[in-house]
Amino acid sequence: MNLAVRDIRHNLSRFSLTAVGIGMLLMIVMGMGGIYRGLIEEATLLVDKIGADLWVVQYGTRGPFAEISRIPRNLEDRLRAVPGVRQARAFATYAVQREFRDKPLRMQVQGLSWPDDKGEWLPLIAGRRLGAAHYEMIADKILGLQLGDRLTLGKNHFTVVGITSGMSSMAGDGLAFFTLLDALEIQYDYSGEAVRLERKARRSRLARIDIGNTLPTFLERTELPSASLPAIARPPVSAVLVQLEPGADRDAVLATLSGWTDVSVFTRDGQKELLLKGVVDRARRQLGLFRALLIIISAVIMALILYTLTLEKLHDIAMLKLIGARNSVILSLILQQALLLGLLGYLFAFYLGQWVFPRFPRRVVIMQDDLLFLALIVAAISVLSSALGIWKAMRVEPNEVVS
Amino acid sequence: MSGSTITIDALGLTKVYGSGNAEVVAMRDVSFTLSSGEVVALLGPSGAGKSTLLTVVGLINTLTSGKLTIGNDLVTDGPIAKVDLRSYRRRFIGYVLQKANLIPFLTALENVQLALEINDVPARTARARALELLQYLGVDHRVDNLPHMLSGGEQQRVAVARALANRPRLVLADEPTAALDSVRGRQVMELFRSVAHEHGTTVLVATHDHRALDVFDRILEMEDGVLQSDHRNSEKAG
Repeated sequence: MNLAVRDIRHNLSRFSLTAVGIGMLLMIVMGMGGIYRGLIEEATLLVDKIGADLWVVQYGTRGPFAEISRIPRNLEDRLRAVPGVRQARAFATYAVQREFRDKPLRMQVQGLSWPDDKGEWLPLIAGRRLGAAHYEMIADKILGLQLGDRLTLGKNHFTVVGITSGMSSMAGDGLAFFTLLDALEIQYDYSGEAVRLERKARRSRLARIDIGNTLPTFLERTELPSASLPAIARPPVSAVLVQLEPGADRDAVLATLSGWTDVSVFTRDGQKELLLKGVVDRARRQLGLFRALLIIISAVIMALILYTLTLEKLHDIAMLKLIGARNSVILSLILQQALLLGLLGYLFAFYLGQWVFPRFPRRVVIMQDDLLFLALIVAAISVLSSALGIWKAMRVEPNEVVS
Repeated sequence: MSGSTITIDALGLTKVYGSGNAEVVAMRDVSFTLSSGEVVALLGPSGAGKSTLLTVVGLINTLTSGKLTIGNDLVTDGPIAKVDLRSYRRRFIGYVLQKANLIPFLTALENVQLALEINDVPARTARARALELLQYLGVDHRVDNLPHMLSGGEQQRVAVARALANRPRLVLADEPTAALDSVRGRQVMELFRSVAHEHGTTVLVATHDHRALDVFDRILEMEDGVLQSDHRNSEKAG
């Protein structure tokens, strides 16, 4: 005869409510783990999907995801000349926040080196890849844009031609993909007044030095756009992505590029490791501590509930002892209830989480291994938390039922 | 009924609580024997030591000194248990207390069945035996009811069924009719007598209730922890 089940049946509503409460706590524990996994996935998403073998970034920096990295765009040409390199494409990334339909729209702009990179690697759920050198964009669905929507960024209008799914930045912002030229134009967009002031400053700088006075044509050229002035560098990019020839010796190419004193080079794994250790690590530790605290709180609450349930049954336990019930009968009564409470709480957490987590503003990734690990922890805290009740039950004397 | 077999042999049972100035002698040098099939009343005012004697004989309280033998087994020698007391209680002793003390989350049938199952009786056999007992005690129409749905008399009859479930050598009852009206109380006492006489079970009942004394074969009287008298019942019915 299973006493635990019969006792639960007798106190079904209270037991169910307790399981729901435990389940909600466990759902938060589960969610915390999912948020951490989501952080990792968001952090490494682009590095994984973009498929570059090497990331060439500003010397001494850890790349565009860790800090500001600026390198000249013509580095592409130098890299293409290195033996073993099949393709080199410039890449730019930065965050912008604008208004769209009277709501703030925050996105992480990614500049793709069109036409080499039209976004073939993007997981499109609607529309198409970038088909023109200018004024097209692909947006992630998290941004809430629709195909055909037109956004004004800088002085240009961009049409949404494709929608991706699951592409977000470390900060949780949706990614938006433009051609590199458009991305740089958006980044370095200046107002008319700013341009006029800059031209004036150029004139004044030239007027102060001899060359401006001896060669007046220089003064005339200050009126030209920046791109037409050889002395003024073109806007830098964030990184250059290198893809190697099939069968090329990656270490040899890496050794060559490491000898260049104006850039730093990372492999794909190196870039991911930097992201995880540098950017995500603190969040990981914070979430980990929070999870540990929640697990401890769950264990304490479960222990108190089981202790209370046991206290209420002390008289019955004394009676069981009086009629000769073995300790194993009493122990299994408490332990089975603890495990059942943990199991029901866990199942409630799992199924509620399936409904709740997709509604979170940031990605929550629940992995099989994490679920299994949490199940083991729940089993362990169920057993541990029943210890207090078992201890109390074992101390009850059968003659207490007589007195 | 066979009155010749000794079920209980109590020799110099003494129980002292506390020590030094706080020492309280609850029971002093109590000796008696009980035979199988005997229904014995244990009388005495409150504080006479009746409950102490019952808990000691029921193996839920340790002796300070004295020897207790059940059947052929020396069970306790002073404070030292000579057998596994819980196992002994399970197999050989049944208890009926002032309140029925049924497990509240089990039905009447399950309460009786549980006593059998914890004595390793298979579930199906236990269920059949429990049903048979409840039928014998006239509460078979209440088998699926939880204790709170039963009247006081019905609860006590289920408690009696539980006490008898494992065909114990000894049934100990502590004021079993205190919560019942006189008619129900007498019914319970008569039940003890028929069980004892039909199955050879020894029944020792601590009671204040003098209205049903004619039911008992023997009467033990205690006062201030001492057994004052032990005599055959002259008022015994039929």
